[in-house]
Amino acid sequence: MRDARAEVKRPIGLRLWLSGGWIALLALAAIFAPLIAPHDPLAQDLFLGRMPPFWMDGAEPGYWLGTDSLGRDVLSRIIHGAQIAMIVALVAGTITCVIGASLGLMAGYYRGWADRVISRLVDIWMAFPPVLFAILLIAVLGPGLMSIIIAIIVIDWTRFARVIRAEALTQGAMDYVASAQVAGRTRFSTMLAEILPNVLPTVVALLTLEMGIAVIVEAILSFVNLSISTDSPTWGGMIAEGRTSVHQAWWVLVFPLVALFLTVLSFSQLGEGLKDRFDPVLR
Amino acid sequence: MMYEIRDLRLSFPDLAHKPLLGAAPRVEVLKGISFDLPKGTVLGIVGGSGSGKSTLGRAMLRLLKPDAGSIRFDGTDITHMDEDALRGMRRRFQMIFQDPMSSLNPRRRVGGLIAGPMRLHRMDNVDARVKEALDMVGLPQSFAARYPHELSGGQRQRVGIARAIALRPDFILADEIVSGLDVSSQAQVLNFLGELVRDLGLTLAFISHDLSVIRRLCTRVLVLHQGEIVEEADTAQLFDAPRADYTRELLSAIPLPDPHQRWV
Repeated sequence: MRDARAEVKRPIGLRLWLSGGWIALLALAAIFAPLIAPHDPLAQDLFLGRMPPFWMDGAEPGYWLGTDSLGRDVLSRIIHGAQIAMIVALVAGTITCVIGASLGLMAGYYRGWADRVISRLVDIWMAFPPVLFAILLIAVLGPGLMSIIIAIIVIDWTRFARVIRAEALTQGAMDYVASAQVAGRTRFSTMLAEILPNVLPTVVALLTLEMGIAVIVEAILSFVNLSISTDSPTWGGMIAEGRTSVHQAWWVLVFPLVALFLTVLSFSQLGEGLKDRFDPVLR
Repeated sequence: MMYEIRDLRLSFPDLAHKPLLGAAPRVEVLKGISFDLPKGTVLGIVGGSGSGKSTLGRAMLRLLKPDAGSIRFDGTDITHMDEDALRGMRRRFQMIFQDPMSSLNPRRRVGGLIAGPMRLHRMDNVDARVKEALDMVGLPQSFAARYPHELSGGQRQRVGIARAIALRPDFILADEIVSGLDVSSQAQVLNFLGELVRDLGLTLAFISHDLSVIRRLCTRVLVLHQGEIVEEADTAQLFDAPRADYTRELLSAIPLPDPHQRWV
């Protein structure tokens, strides 16, 4: 009898608090951006160009993180940029995950010709250089939020397909699959009811990782000016603008970079933390 | 007759020797097995590793499709029945697996593991039946809320047995179910399995490589060697007067208590 196990309560780790906290903060900022942002992110004021952040000499009150060369408020732009980052992370991440994980699950579980077709497709797909692929795609589709989301899905579904296929192969060889057949479960129902719950922790970990990657890809595309229109506040766009004046106004580059860094880190840590906390097998 | 098996043949592709082009050569695992299994028998299937005993068992449950021959279960020919047609019958022949860590889905609680197959077959009073099954294998009902990894090896194997008997099958295949357990759990599991078989009037096929385990439980024994039956006899007869050389070899491999041992 191991009743003591029930007594052991895992505290929600610091990792989960910090990463979840940052993501929640960002989500709130994204939803209420027009209410929170102290200034219009697009409003230019050339007399207030390159104002430093609040703790430095010569800071303009009300512009907490300074202004860029056109006098736009950096904090407001970061808050509005969070909107695009969050939409891309959630929508692109989720769709990529659903498509890639379903194909991987089918390839790994059904094996045979389904596996051959899907695996070859993944191999061929992965031979294209991803960033070039994305740039090409957006050049064809035209810039815009939809194009970015489609580009991310097209580039990254293979990651899910690969990993989940391997996982489903391992799980498919377990006796509980034979046992489901003995019990009279259909093949399809076995895949959904027996295999899927066992690959789900991996899917969740990959999904949060993918959300971080989606934010990075969006930033890269903004950086090379292939994202939303140049005016729209995106973190990548801000980094690109900040780069040109990094010696005069480092804050234009550094603050969006920090936001980007914390977001990507938080997404990946959130995945690991959730897995530790909610996986009954690990507990 | 529970099972009538005639000239059963089964082979696997040998992928290690597959030529670059063309089909892989096939390795014959079962080379014409024939035997009858009367209702209420506890049959031991014994043989070394690679003798085909697990393959025979899995073919009897139609987890594998035979190449030739026939399998009749309670009068019905199931040799080439497709999975959809078999599904309705599957409740009647169940299996207990060797490694419960692998055969119990780690993400289901014990209660769900036992209830799942019953729900698939639309049985009534599932909750009451789960409790009853746990009682029959001697596990407290509170275990229904536990995950398999929270149990010991012997307890896990009891869950596997509970899952099989809860469906009220006519036939159970037990594939090396005690080989992963320590000696005292082995004895416990064998004892209550023997009782269950008697109480429920089950027909049991018990696969093992260990003749001393077979001797405790089985009324009749099938000795398999390289895909063929080398001897089929009642248990007492097999132990008193083994006919095949291979059986004698297996018998001599049973360690017997030695009255002259020095290290006691």
